[in-house]
Amino acid sequence: MTMLDTPLTGVVEGPAGPDAHPDHHHESATPIGFWIYLMSDCIIFATLFATYAVLGYNYAGGPAPHDLFEPGFVAIETALLLFSSITFGVAMLKAEGGNLNATTLWLVITGIFGLGFIGMEIYEFRHLIHIGAGPERSGFLSAFFLLVGTHGLHVTGGLIWLVTLIVQLRLRGLIPANMQRLSTLSMFWHFLDLVWIGVFSFVYLVRLI
Amino acid sequence: MSAHSHSSHGTMGKLMTGFGLSALLTVVPFAIVMGEFDLSREWAIGLIMGLGAVQIIVHLVYFLHLNSSNEGGWTLAATILAAVILLIVLAGSLWVMHNMNANMMPMSPGNMSEMSGGEAMPVQTHDASHGTDH
Repeated sequence: MTMLDTPLTGVVEGPAGPDAHPDHHHESATPIGFWIYLMSDCIIFATLFATYAVLGYNYAGGPAPHDLFEPGFVAIETALLLFSSITFGVAMLKAEGGNLNATTLWLVITGIFGLGFIGMEIYEFRHLIHIGAGPERSGFLSAFFLLVGTHGLHVTGGLIWLVTLIVQLRLRGLIPANMQRLSTLSMFWHFLDLVWIGVFSFVYLVRLI
Repeated sequence: MSAHSHSSHGTMGKLMTGFGLSALLTVVPFAIVMGEFDLSREWAIGLIMGLGAVQIIVHLVYFLHLNSSNEGGWTLAATILAAVILLIVLAGSLWVMHNMNANMMPMSPGNMSEMSGGEAMPVQTHDASHGTDH
């Protein structure tokens, strides 16, 4: 612990200024550890975005973005995800205020928005596959399904985590361990909304110009 | 900053500021695509990508509470590293593919049949297709 702490605080003191006390030990390694996981996830998405950038124009005689993408549909998906990010932020603030019921309520609202987003995405994928624009149709569609599908899987994972956390909160309340879980899921959820900015801009909108 | 873990999640004011900025930065790119604006293709693409980049920074600051003092600056350092790798992967892929495309021989339908079927054949098919046209 001290071996790890000493070099850390050594580097830290400069940018952190007077707030960083050398004797002030870290509460937990979870936030920074989870952040590093998120950044590695970010690199996975970077490679998928690069794949889409490279293969995105290989239609193999099949449909192009103009034939498939509906900006209004994507706008609603985007709104759902952005709202869910905000409601999670409110849940986080309620938890810090010690209000368990309000926290639960806002988490449930977050889950409903998230479920709406995933529902729309599943509908879109089913529709595309149904009209013969599935991932096997062209390089463009393979890259599209891979990137958007990976994001959707993350959101699905986040939803499962959210349900689990609501159960844990109801059983044990706003104990420190649950606060830690809540703030970790908050990072994950906001991160997924951040990745979606890249998706709606780069995958959908730019290709509809 | 004595309450370390809890003070990092900001206030309702910060959350709403982030929401307002984010909503604005979402609506404008959608309006560019869905509305009828007199924008050149290059400007429209540049604006959408630029606003997306700004929105990512807004989300990092207002929702993920990224700053230079969290965890003694290590979250910021990890984020910058990820951003650099992201840029290298994206820009590098596009650059390599652009060079590859630019250095390819221009392909016309005549070229393509030449490549697949020897030398004498394509000339004949070319002539034949012209013959049927007239």
